[in-house]
Amino acid sequence: MCLAVPGKILSITGEDVLRSGTVSFGGIQKQVSLAYVPEANVGDYVIVHVGFAISIVEESEAQQTFEYLKQMGELAELEPLQ
Amino acid sequence: MRYVDEYRDRAAAQRYARAIARVTTRPWAIMEVCGGQTHTIVKYGIDELLPQKITLLHGPGCPVCVTPLELIDKAVQIAARPNVIFCSFGDMLRVPGSTSDLFSVKAKGGDVRIVYSPLDALQTARENPAKQVVFFAVGFETTAPANAMAVFQAHTQHIENFSVLVSHVLVPPAIEALLSSPDNRTQGFLAAGHVCTVMGYEEYVPLSARYRVPIVVTGFEPLDILQGVLMCVRQLESGRAEVENQYLRSVRKKGNRPAQDLVARVFRVVPRKWRGVGEIPQSGLGLRDEFAAHDAETRFGVAAYAVEEDSECISGLVLRGVKKPHECSAFGGRCTPEHPLGATMVSNEGACAAYYRYRRFEQQVAGATKGS
Repeated sequence: MCLAVPGKILSITGEDVLRSGTVSFGGIQKQVSLAYVPEANVGDYVIVHVGFAISIVEESEAQQTFEYLKQMGELAELEPLQ
Repeated sequence: MRYVDEYRDRAAAQRYARAIARVTTRPWAIMEVCGGQTHTIVKYGIDELLPQKITLLHGPGCPVCVTPLELIDKAVQIAARPNVIFCSFGDMLRVPGSTSDLFSVKAKGGDVRIVYSPLDALQTARENPAKQVVFFAVGFETTAPANAMAVFQAHTQHIENFSVLVSHVLVPPAIEALLSSPDNRTQGFLAAGHVCTVMGYEEYVPLSARYRVPIVVTGFEPLDILQGVLMCVRQLESGRAEVENQYLRSVRKKGNRPAQDLVARVFRVVPRKWRGVGEIPQSGLGLRDEFAAHDAETRFGVAAYAVEEDSECISGLVLRGVKKPHECSAFGGRCTPEHPLGATMVSNEGACAAYYRYRRFEQQVAGATKGS
């Protein structure tokens, strides 16, 4: 129900509550409301739920999941176990 | 797909599983709040990757599951009327009411339509001015901005034939109800990443402090959940109880302000009944008086209708993490996704349906054990 999917903004039209855009989800394009992400630009990735973008994906934070184990110092110790 | 596929990487998942095994020294029960997370966990067998000491409890975060019986009955009553086009997200159609469901209404000729977005329902109302168009506005905080926008636009654009049947619920009061219950088993939470994308996570700080529980805001892909579990276990093992954010790529501390503002403009906080749980104070959203003209309950005169719930279904215990789905005597026999007794068997995100679909109960019966 709270399923939301990341997609890339291809174009933007309208303003305020009617601001919307074409968003590509791995090639499939849909019209999405951008009313709640006023700062989003063409080329940004947004998280989309029931036709509404609810956040802009933060590229710099997206790598954090892959860095976390390294930061923990676990990765180096675990690699030899493979 | 970017930001999806890389979070399903098998080797990285195994590294996380090993890291979790290394830091776990005692048994811990961790609840994932959201049904979408339950679905990922069961689909990818994440609970099987975890050390035996860690138990994942499946939480109440499935709006389809917790929508009270009487609201399903109200939907059925409204949808069966002539001159009504009843629009809903698809997973509400097979949820059983007292005597019928929306799918049966449709089969008997009712105009029940599945929509992807509440704005699609609003468009249907624009295109059918002679009909009454009703949208079944269910959901948690994630969906509230979308539903608020549909009501707001109907109001400002004078689309008077559009109304909503509202069953909105809120996560923090449900977590508090779980934690204050005497049979609570949960020691740490994975909070729902998309709810927090909208609302932020400041509301969870006093809960974490008051009940001394770690709360980790977590995403929905396998690596998100494994990282969330690892962060939660590290807190538990070191005696910390804090709010942390795993889902950094989407969740900001204060959430989405424009979305919160429109939700607050259209809705107000009200008490809500949760199916299988009962009434929780201040746990839902209802329309503000300014938008009351778009309230389907008053428009169709069903506001006063009330009904008691079936007693055989243990979905309330499942929703609170007290029982696992296969511990129900009806599970897989009298209760299946084709003939559900309760809503946790209906929705894809319900714990019972996920266990049934991925044949988890057979493994349990066969005595298969998790890795240690």
